[in-house]
Amino acid sequence: MRSPAGRPPRRAPRSILPWLAVPALVVFVGFAVIPLVGVFALSFTTWDGIGAIHLSGTASWRAVLTDPGLPHALRVTFLVMAVSWAVQTPLSILLGTFMAGRQRYRAVLGVVYFIPLMLSSAAIALAYKALLDPNFGLGAGLRIEVLSQDWLGRPGLAFGLVVFVVSWQFIPFHSLIYQGGVQQIPKSLYEAAQLDGAGRIRQFFGITLPQLKYTVITSSTLMVVGSLTFFDLIFILTEGGPGDATRVLALDMYKRGFRASLMGPASAIAVILVLVGLALALLLRRLGGRDAGASQLEGA
Amino acid sequence: MALSRRTLLGLAAGVPASAALAACGSPGPGKSGSGTTYWYLNGQPQEGVRAGAVEAFNKAHSKEQIEDFTFQNDAYKTKIKTAIGAGKAPTLIWGWGGGTLRTYVKAGQVEDLTSWFGEHPEVKKRLLPSSFAAATVDGKIYAMPCETVQPIILYYNRKVFEQVGVRPPKSWDDIMALVPKFNAKGIAPFSLGGQSQWTNMMWLEFLFDRIGGPELFQAVIEGEKNAWSHPDAITALTKVQELVRAHGFIKGFSSITADSNADQALLYTGRAAMMLHGAWSYGIQQARGGDFVPSGALGYMNFPPVEGGKGDPGNTVGNPAQYLSISSKAGAKQKKVAKDYLATGVLQDAEVKRWIDNGSVPIRLGTEKLLAASKSADFLQFTYDIATKAKVFGQSWDQALTPTPAAAMLDNIVKLFQLSISPKQFASNLNAVTGT
Repeated sequence: MRSPAGRPPRRAPRSILPWLAVPALVVFVGFAVIPLVGVFALSFTTWDGIGAIHLSGTASWRAVLTDPGLPHALRVTFLVMAVSWAVQTPLSILLGTFMAGRQRYRAVLGVVYFIPLMLSSAAIALAYKALLDPNFGLGAGLRIEVLSQDWLGRPGLAFGLVVFVVSWQFIPFHSLIYQGGVQQIPKSLYEAAQLDGAGRIRQFFGITLPQLKYTVITSSTLMVVGSLTFFDLIFILTEGGPGDATRVLALDMYKRGFRASLMGPASAIAVILVLVGLALALLLRRLGGRDAGASQLEGA
Repeated sequence: MALSRRTLLGLAAGVPASAALAACGSPGPGKSGSGTTYWYLNGQPQEGVRAGAVEAFNKAHSKEQIEDFTFQNDAYKTKIKTAIGAGKAPTLIWGWGGGTLRTYVKAGQVEDLTSWFGEHPEVKKRLLPSSFAAATVDGKIYAMPCETVQPIILYYNRKVFEQVGVRPPKSWDDIMALVPKFNAKGIAPFSLGGQSQWTNMMWLEFLFDRIGGPELFQAVIEGEKNAWSHPDAITALTKVQELVRAHGFIKGFSSITADSNADQALLYTGRAAMMLHGAWSYGIQQARGGDFVPSGALGYMNFPPVEGGKGDPGNTVGNPAQYLSISSKAGAKQKKVAKDYLATGVLQDAEVKRWIDNGSVPIRLGTEKLLAASKSADFLQFTYDIATKAKVFGQSWDQALTPTPAAAMLDNIVKLFQLSISPKQFASNLNAVTGT
């Protein structure tokens, strides 16, 4: 990174600069690199989590790759990812655009919308579970038959519910990103459009949406990669059930590792998760095009 | 959140290291005391009794102090395994015996207590003999049975039975005949917290025993080839699915969990007529059901026989006791304190009395008088009789099996109850994991 005027900053001599990265590097190596290498190594062993660790070559990988549970877990993972992306993105864009307005009540609403993000996933899952209980939940309490479904007990409903709760939790965050994106769009574009007689909807599709291209990519990357780590919410809400209808990869890893004491195969799944996450992140960068880093702002 | 900013700040601010460690839930050899640690489950009323026993021991032994830490049930199951695997086990390991204990033994993580029990015959003689089976691995004792005996019991709501004008079932056919009668009145025949998995398992435990006798599941534990495909096993699995198809369980059972006690609430609020559950359920219904237990509305019985079945109808399944093991990695001093606790701290009179007050039967022998004097005398006598008179007290399957097949079994049981796999598929899925 060059400094704006093209000369090195005076205060910090160049020789010290690299050392400033050391604390971050130590944390990164300690909490990301070493565990990653450890997990990779564990995936070639047999270990029940308690006794001795035995090298077992590719046995764990073969067990995982031939297990019909893996394609299922991958399918569920990608389905949760795709459906929750498709639900969250349009809603977040609309909410973000709406909140980018200047009226004071929008600021208040913005704060209200933001509340779900401040709650922990565990609290959210517990609250929804209590509300949706077919016998003691909202539907039964208010005597509304439609609401007292077996929400978490039927595969289709449970899946839809997971997507709903995930969206409820994360739409606020992505709305915030879009709000920032919309506020960056130069006013002059809208003024020009107004002179040409474009209405609000034309302005949205003609200016706002195209200008948000890179915001969409940023937000989608966060959603897609983040959805690989959905665990706590699904774990508490459905435990991957009913059956294995909502058993995503991260949950599959936990259940194999800690419930079934199969640390080798669980580590193999962890490695697969890392690879899938990397591949997705790279893919999304590609989609952003080579000029993704360039500014879209007028005059910059 | 293993190491949060707050913990780091806490450390920086000079909070005692043991407090910071406890905050992460990984108590190490903390304080200046003996360093003897003991982890067990939280949740009242049991937690209070456990804590009370430790407190009494600490008071009586000024030089031998035990530090206790509590954890939530499901979290504990993961936590204790991880801690043992990481070589950070507490001195006293609380557990359910059986298959999990076997994995500890295989890994050399727990002390062999056989000779210690030999030197302390009085300790062994005080306890229910049936409780030692799940503490024994290959003829050696690796844990001391403690706390209470918890057979699985068929509970029913007398008021609901009167309302519908029917009598408690005396056989499996009676159960199947009761189902449409309750459904016709808008009452669920059976409450079930199916999302918790092990709740469904209790049904299979009894059906396997009543239809095929205890040998049927014993063959599974011994790893006999294709044990799950035995014709009697297939019959039992088919019967469960027949009950599901007949709407024997409450609507939405697969989304109900047992940890929230919603399944118990269905019984005492009269929305369900019957429930198969552990003996611990009595205390919960007594504490939460208001007038339900005191008014005598709670009925209970052993699981009825199945027509033509080979099992003795007096047999039972459940938890023969809870178990305390000593970590083999603990220091000599810690081990001595732990053993002293086993000899003089476990199931002393005060603890025995508290278990009985909570509506459970401690595994100590010779408590008949105390049981009879309790406000729950009938129920306690019933439980005591089941536990002492059962020819076979089968251990809960998920504890009897080692963790790998146990996890596969629970997953498949849920699918069986959802009717998404057939009895034959269930059997072949499980033969694949328990055949070794």
